[in-house]
Amino acid sequence: MVSTSSPSFGYSPVLNHSEKRSLQKASLGSFLTPMPEAPPVRRGRRKGNSSVSASGRQVARDLGRSLAEDEDGKSENMSWSVGRRKRSEVPLVSARSSPSQLNLNNLEEFPPMGAASGWTNKSKPSRRINPTPVSAERPLSKPKMCFTSTPVSQSPAARFPSGTSLEAFTAIQEGNLTSVVGSSLQEEREMLKKERCKLLHQASSPAGLSLDPGTPTKPSCARSASLPAESHLVTCANPAKVSCKKQLECLAQLYSSCIAENLVPNIFLELFFVLQLLTSKGTSAEDGESNLEVDERSEDASRKQHFRNVHNCVYFAVQVLDYQYEIISHLEKGTLKLLAENERIASFSPALHERLRQAYESSTAKVSLLLPCSVQSVSFQPETDNRSNFPSDRAFHIFKKQRDIFYELLREWEDNHEKTGWDFERVLGNKIRAMMAHLSATCNHSHFARLFQKQLIQMCKGPIGGGTSWGDTPDQDVLNMLGSDNLSRLKRLQERFVVPQSIRGPCPPPSFTGCQQFFRDFILSAGSYQFNQHLVDSLCLKILELDGLTLIEHEHSDGEADMDEQDEKKHFTVVLLSLRLLAKFLGFLVFLPYRTMEQPTRDLLESAVVLRNRTQPVLDVLKLLRQSIRDRRAILTIPWIVEFLSLVDHIAPFLDYYRKVFCLLLQVYRLMVLSEDKEMSFLNKLLILAILGWLFQVPSVPEELFFTTDVRKERLMMDTVTSTRALDSVPLVDQQLLYTCCPYLGELRKLLASFVAGSGAKNGGFVRKITPTAAESLAPKPSVTQRKLQAELEQAFFHNQPPSLRRTVEFVAERVGSNCVKHIKATLVAELVQRAEVMLQDKVKEEDAHHDKLLEEVCTHLYEEGAQALIRGREFCRKKGPEAVRVLLPEETSAAVLNSAEDIAVELATEKACGWLSANIAALIKREVKATFNRMLKMPGLPLPSEDALELRRDCPPGCQHHAPFPSQIINEIKDVLCIAVGPRDEGEVIDYVWLECLLGRLSQTLRCRKFMCPTSEQQLAKCTVELASLLVSDHVPLRLGLKPPEKSSERLQVKNNPTYGLLKLLLCVWKEDFGTPVPVQLMFSRKNVAYAAEVKQREWDLFLFMLHGLVEHDLMGISEIESCLHSLEELPWPSDFLKDLEMLSRVFISEYHLEEPRTNPCELARQSLGTVTAQS
Amino acid sequence: MKLSKAQYDEIAQFLGQVQPTRQSLRKLKEKFPSQSQSTLLSIFSQEYQKQVKRTHAKYHTAEAVETYYQRYLNGVMKNAAAPVLLELANEVDFAPSLMARIVLERFLQEQGQAIPSKTLINSMLRDPSQIPDGVLANQVYQVLITVVFFFCGNAVICLNSFINNSSCSLRIAEDQLRAKGYDKTPDFILEVPVAVEGHIIHWIESKASFGDESSHQAYLQDQFWSYWNRFGPGLVIYWYGFIEELDCHRERGILLKDCFPTDIVTLRHSRA
Repeated sequence: MVSTSSPSFGYSPVLNHSEKRSLQKASLGSFLTPMPEAPPVRRGRRKGNSSVSASGRQVARDLGRSLAEDEDGKSENMSWSVGRRKRSEVPLVSARSSPSQLNLNNLEEFPPMGAASGWTNKSKPSRRINPTPVSAERPLSKPKMCFTSTPVSQSPAARFPSGTSLEAFTAIQEGNLTSVVGSSLQEEREMLKKERCKLLHQASSPAGLSLDPGTPTKPSCARSASLPAESHLVTCANPAKVSCKKQLECLAQLYSSCIAENLVPNIFLELFFVLQLLTSKGTSAEDGESNLEVDERSEDASRKQHFRNVHNCVYFAVQVLDYQYEIISHLEKGTLKLLAENERIASFSPALHERLRQAYESSTAKVSLLLPCSVQSVSFQPETDNRSNFPSDRAFHIFKKQRDIFYELLREWEDNHEKTGWDFERVLGNKIRAMMAHLSATCNHSHFARLFQKQLIQMCKGPIGGGTSWGDTPDQDVLNMLGSDNLSRLKRLQERFVVPQSIRGPCPPPSFTGCQQFFRDFILSAGSYQFNQHLVDSLCLKILELDGLTLIEHEHSDGEADMDEQDEKKHFTVVLLSLRLLAKFLGFLVFLPYRTMEQPTRDLLESAVVLRNRTQPVLDVLKLLRQSIRDRRAILTIPWIVEFLSLVDHIAPFLDYYRKVFCLLLQVYRLMVLSEDKEMSFLNKLLILAILGWLFQVPSVPEELFFTTDVRKERLMMDTVTSTRALDSVPLVDQQLLYTCCPYLGELRKLLASFVAGSGAKNGGFVRKITPTAAESLAPKPSVTQRKLQAELEQAFFHNQPPSLRRTVEFVAERVGSNCVKHIKATLVAELVQRAEVMLQDKVKEEDAHHDKLLEEVCTHLYEEGAQALIRGREFCRKKGPEAVRVLLPEETSAAVLNSAEDIAVELATEKACGWLSANIAALIKREVKATFNRMLKMPGLPLPSEDALELRRDCPPGCQHHAPFPSQIINEIKDVLCIAVGPRDEGEVIDYVWLECLLGRLSQTLRCRKFMCPTSEQQLAKCTVELASLLVSDHVPLRLGLKPPEKSSERLQVKNNPTYGLLKLLLCVWKEDFGTPVPVQLMFSRKNVAYAAEVKQREWDLFLFMLHGLVEHDLMGISEIESCLHSLEELPWPSDFLKDLEMLSRVFISEYHLEEPRTNPCELARQSLGTVTAQS
Repeated sequence: MKLSKAQYDEIAQFLGQVQPTRQSLRKLKEKFPSQSQSTLLSIFSQEYQKQVKRTHAKYHTAEAVETYYQRYLNGVMKNAAAPVLLELANEVDFAPSLMARIVLERFLQEQGQAIPSKTLINSMLRDPSQIPDGVLANQVYQVLITVVFFFCGNAVICLNSFINNSSCSLRIAEDQLRAKGYDKTPDFILEVPVAVEGHIIHWIESKASFGDESSHQAYLQDQFWSYWNRFGPGLVIYWYGFIEELDCHRERGILLKDCFPTDIVTLRHSRA
């Protein structure tokens, strides 16, 4: 309602911008001079007022429409331009102003202080504030009109000194655009449209860069026609030069009472206006009476004097500030500092100055920004996310993909959305819709909605998502903490805060900022009814849950009060911010189908209202609101309801239901007189007033709402039970929370700061202070179970105990119960499953078919055992419950109370656990057994028990340093050897004997150290070494003997000094001693490996025979096993000579073991006998 | 061992021109003596796999298969001991192991008249002694043993011991996580997160391979981001190194290392 944009105020800061801009063209005065021709349209006085406001609101309304657009204005897209064109229908401007003239009344051309085009270099509509101009009528006091700017005032006599074009404003109430002026304005409108386009273009052109954000609010009086040169000079406001003091004092008093009695729609808007007056910059020329013709027309000459010079303005402002000291003193410290240092206040009211200084010094209300969290994922929780939560495997797996796609989209957005030319719908739209199609196919919407909502809370509950727009200088601590790495990030971050979001005026339209944009755009792009419905369900549920939380303790004992209060405050803040966020999205979704670009016509409105009055609201906010007022929890409920309602479409407020809600809110607003009292703490009230005030300014909330006289007073029921501490009465809101919820309050400070700075270029923008605050999660909500008599007794028990006792008991019961189930799963069920495994293993071998039947049989057998679960569960709860309660309750708790608490906790826990177990144990056993069984079927071969046996061997030798080579390395080296042996190999490529020996030594080490060994590597090693042995036996390994002959040559076995014996012996030892897994020595007899021997011209059967004996001696293979292997080898189609050799070999081997003679020298024997064989071939 | 993109490209370029044999590996080692053997080996096998994937299709036409088989038969007829399959593969510039598979498939088809099952073929390729023809078995074995076959070891086990030695509070290994119903599971989840080089780590994934661009992209897509989506930031260990330029998601929460980190900061005992 601030008149910033109104022409009626000579000192309106808006002019400052217009002037700036005008510098590019001619002088401001040149635009102004023709204006006086504007006719004094007296008849339209009242309506004229509202037309100004209507236009202002219209701007905001357009913003509302462009909610879906990029808030940063990156994409000024079609819908926006449509909006603009529509807007031009609103006759903003003096009827007579010629096309080439600028019109100071035009909010667009001369946006108010803080509006986008003035602050930033681009004329972005989305940054425009929603100014409510000072109305034309000011019966006695101009300021009074200023706040209402609506038909409240009855006196048509009110005149503006500078009322030039004001009269031209047509009387248009919103929704009733039939202009009084009528179509006669059509031409002008067209011309103005063009003119505006030109201006907008200019504003965004490089020349516009000179517009600095710190431009002070300088009320270059409309009548001080041409002052381009001096306009930068700040007039020194002088108390001595104030005229009409008495009237001003009177006005100030009236005005202040209106503020104090909440008769204004938004008290902070009024404060903003007062500060504008305070910081207005006049020029010396104003002191002279530079009357324009307009004044002559004014009926009341005396009135025009009141605000005609800067001295009067400042005087009035200081007076009001003095009255409003209490509110002001509750502002954050930075604002107080600026006020305390304001020289005008000091010179106009030393007393106020002193009070402010003291307030500043004692203030602890430093407000800081929270660091924005970067994207973090929602963690996977088996309880809600695992397979058992899905109807089918397919649904589960599709959701697995959906989750990954969702985060992929999120990351893409995070990386790119700030890049120019990046368009959400174009880049992500199709991906999102494809994802939605998949969701629909498997009915996974509820899962996805839950993920979506959790992610939303995680990313956006901080104030950044809400676009905090101001702050302090950066803390060194923050910089230190972030480290130099992150400085550039911090800087970017800062820029983000400083540049686009900072200037939205004291009443910005609702918007989605920061990460919220992603979620909004996601919903829009998805365009999925099913998804929206599930999301609405999910949001409603969460809102109800959070809204119903018990947030405060019953009463504090002295010692811990402070700590508890701090915790409560924190908790409250988290809950409140989450609620607001959720409600905002709920509002967005609920009203989304009805969103229109334009204000509907009256006919449309009526029919729509008829149509929609029938439908039930998704969430009964009216009931919740009434409840919250009754329970004195409004401080929690109203803020989120306001967020919800801020997204109403144009029609919803006219529906019976929402009208009631708005009326009730209005009633609350009116009744909430600011003062410290028992009912509600000051800052709590301030928060409610600030957000309600903001809501009343939201474009789609009809303006007449506030001023409807027939607000049927609902009798506000208040719970007067004194035993419980009401939420409202607890000082839960601090400045941090206030400014987090209402970032636009920061505009007050900006205004003051820019005044001090004089010019924005100098003050270098507003640097933000960033203090990281750890995010905290919501405490688990205790579940209250309804029971009968026992329950009543229990309630009675708790009634006279501190609530923390109850919370503790419930918490313990919940946890112990849940742990009990887990415990049973891990112990009893696991045991049963193990037993089932054994049973199944035996039976599977017997009969291969009828797995299902088998499974059923085994399970049935186990179900009886499952009944034990209840007994064990009860035991568990009985043991753990009291332990936990005792630890958690204060030491001093009396024995009786303690015992009762313990009993209740045990009882509740048992009930929970056993209830679940008795219902689910059978299914659980079956599921687990089935899973195990499936695993068993999939893994043939190694039966599980044998693996267990292996585990026993899995110990390093004592004192092992784990320095052995890695298995993978050894495998690769052995493979190298095999590779060379098999060929093809290069000329002269050989393997060094010593090296190979050494390799086998290292192999032994590696196998002994179990640290890095795993079954697969070990099996691989076993196989490799068998291959190696086969190649060695058939003399395929091109060994090079080193200079030193192998020491083992002394052994008598090595008749030919063949070093291979040594290697084979080593291998046998390793197989026997070091392997934990069975070595597939049978592979030695595979056709392939035996064929190596066949390839050799001079066959070395000695080695083979040596190996056979070695296998027997080392217990690696039995004699009969070898025999059968040899026999089966003979079956194969070999060359005839080789077959003979084989037969011979087998005969020799068998004869050796079947002769009863002492096997002193079997190998020698073998050598001899084979010698003949070799000779024959 | 971390390689720069340029270094890696040089190696990959070299590998593009050679058959994946032991001899090539030796040349590779000679050409890039500063790189660790295991890294080179890993890159080698991965490049080889890529090559195989690229060229796979054109060698699988019925005509091609028939030609190869005939050439193989002719070859072994002349000299069964010669590396027929290897040479054939080299001549037509095809991966030897796939050549072995094609010939084996064709061989079995001829024998049994029916199309042999994949499992049977795989098992024969794993253990060529099952191949019912001695000559072919040898040929196949020769191929398999000659072709650079990179054995990965078991990275999880290695990691396990590292984790046990360090102060990480281990949660549960993959199979146990699966049992709990997690849909995607890294090798390890840390019950109490730790910080590595200033980055919070919730999970560790161990890769016994070299982190080149294509494999890393695939892993990111299939695994790492999925873990991130469920458990938050984590650590990937490429035991055989990676291209250092790929380590660009640290800020967001995927940290790459080529060894087990040494400067682990835990919640309680901050060493910093």
